[in-house]
Amino acid sequence: MRRAIACAAALLLLFLHAPLVVLAVFSFNAGRFTLWEGFSLRWYEEAARDARLIEAAGNSLLIAAAATAAATVAGTLCAWALWKRESRTLMLGLSLSLVTPEIVTGVALLALFQWLFRFAGLQLGLHTVVLAHTSFCLAFVVLVVLARLRTMDSSLEEAAMDLGATEWQAFRRVTLPNLVPAVLSAALLAFTISFDDYVITSLVAGVDTETLPMVLYAMARRGGSPVVNAVSTVVVVALGAGILAAESLREKR
Amino acid sequence: MTGRLRTLALAPAATLLALTVGAPFLILAAYACLSRGVYGGVMPPWTLENWQRLADPLYAGILARSFLVAALSTLLCLLLAFPLALYIARSTRRKNLLLALVMLPFWTSLLVRTWAWMFLLRDTGLVNMLLMKAGLISAPLPLLYNWGAVVLGLVYAHLPFMVLPLYAALERQDPALAEAAADLGAREWQAFWRVTLPLAAPGIRAGVLLTFIPCLGTFLIPDLLGGGRTILVGTFIQNQFTTARDWPFGSAVSLALMAVVLVLLWAEVRRRKEPLL
Repeated sequence: MRRAIACAAALLLLFLHAPLVVLAVFSFNAGRFTLWEGFSLRWYEEAARDARLIEAAGNSLLIAAAATAAATVAGTLCAWALWKRESRTLMLGLSLSLVTPEIVTGVALLALFQWLFRFAGLQLGLHTVVLAHTSFCLAFVVLVVLARLRTMDSSLEEAAMDLGATEWQAFRRVTLPNLVPAVLSAALLAFTISFDDYVITSLVAGVDTETLPMVLYAMARRGGSPVVNAVSTVVVVALGAGILAAESLREKR
Repeated sequence: MTGRLRTLALAPAATLLALTVGAPFLILAAYACLSRGVYGGVMPPWTLENWQRLADPLYAGILARSFLVAALSTLLCLLLAFPLALYIARSTRRKNLLLALVMLPFWTSLLVRTWAWMFLLRDTGLVNMLLMKAGLISAPLPLLYNWGAVVLGLVYAHLPFMVLPLYAALERQDPALAEAAADLGAREWQAFWRVTLPLAAPGIRAGVLLTFIPCLGTFLIPDLLGGGRTILVGTFIQNQFTTARDWPFGSAVSLALMAVVLVLLWAEVRRRKEPLL
């Protein structure tokens, strides 16, 4: 029985990783099809020359950076405030945003923006995407930071205040430094989720804004090209490196 | 002073939630009771017709099918994830490495993972190429654009959601309990069936919920791996808001899906003491 479980576990890990490894290997294939025709970087070159891809990648980075910054600040402050006193309404709102299927979030935000468009002249574009991403990243940030706060001793902050620190000073000088690893990992999670999102983004981006997932989706939908393999490999490696870097940062502290 | 800073700290998140979670749901609720505009959009009169249409066998069928596909994917996830979770929980060393290996694909993009399966399963994909080279088949098998591919994609994408809660539940379990059962004369599978499995129930429930809910609302996977031939409720909602431009009906379907999700969650939250967040 032990051996059977070990075998099943090994097969499952293979199942989880093999498709991505195959993809990465064939991104270096000289040929267009799934026959190995020798090592080549031609698909990476083609991707680097594709102006539409580069612009979309730039948009994705910009959106993810802005949404991560906003969601991390708002989410950390919110988690800290919730730690001191529960707010049922806010918790409900956060839970709701966490469990709403992406497609429902997408159409709900589209309905909101269309309504705002009618009454305030708001157009769809980068800014609506950033707002949407900030919104769905917020709950994840609160989740991660609040989990860390709950294992922390609140008497430290109280001691600082007894010694004359204001509440803000106590938060900034005592609590926040202890929270840095959790905040970093929350920010990383937010960045990954934002960078990867297709469903919500495609609904609220309007006609002039394209993100990397939108371009990749369109390419895959048309049957795909090895360029998709190359871009996918870059995305996977870059995100993987970011996660490893963040993890090692956390362990050093 | 104390209260004011806390209110200030809550303000950005509360404003954002009110604007992007509260308001949109109110708007959807209003849209679901309005009529379809001539060029898309919505207009009066107020009506309950959109809700009545949900009972139409055509649309009820889509909901039922989404339920079945999500349930099947969840069941397969559970069967596959259990041995892996059990192995990680019982292994003495390398636990963190094994967990990292489970989480790594989860961190990489969903779109990339779905594309990886398209690349493997299409007519000129690796699986067909290898089978043809081996002489087992003479023409490519239609592996992509069917329900099998959709379920495979769903299982692949949601496996980590199942492994983690199962692992958490099994890790907390004392292996001595299963050993005690064996000492008392239980065969290995009896000990598993009557001790290990029942004690892992909270983890199973959490895993089922975490897998079933995203599978139910899925859009990307059936769209890419099913190739537009496999309409599930997620695809259907997207269609109503884009190509069909029937926002009132799309809103009603969205709220119906949301209601199902909330009922499932409510049933689970009532059972356990810890809060969801």
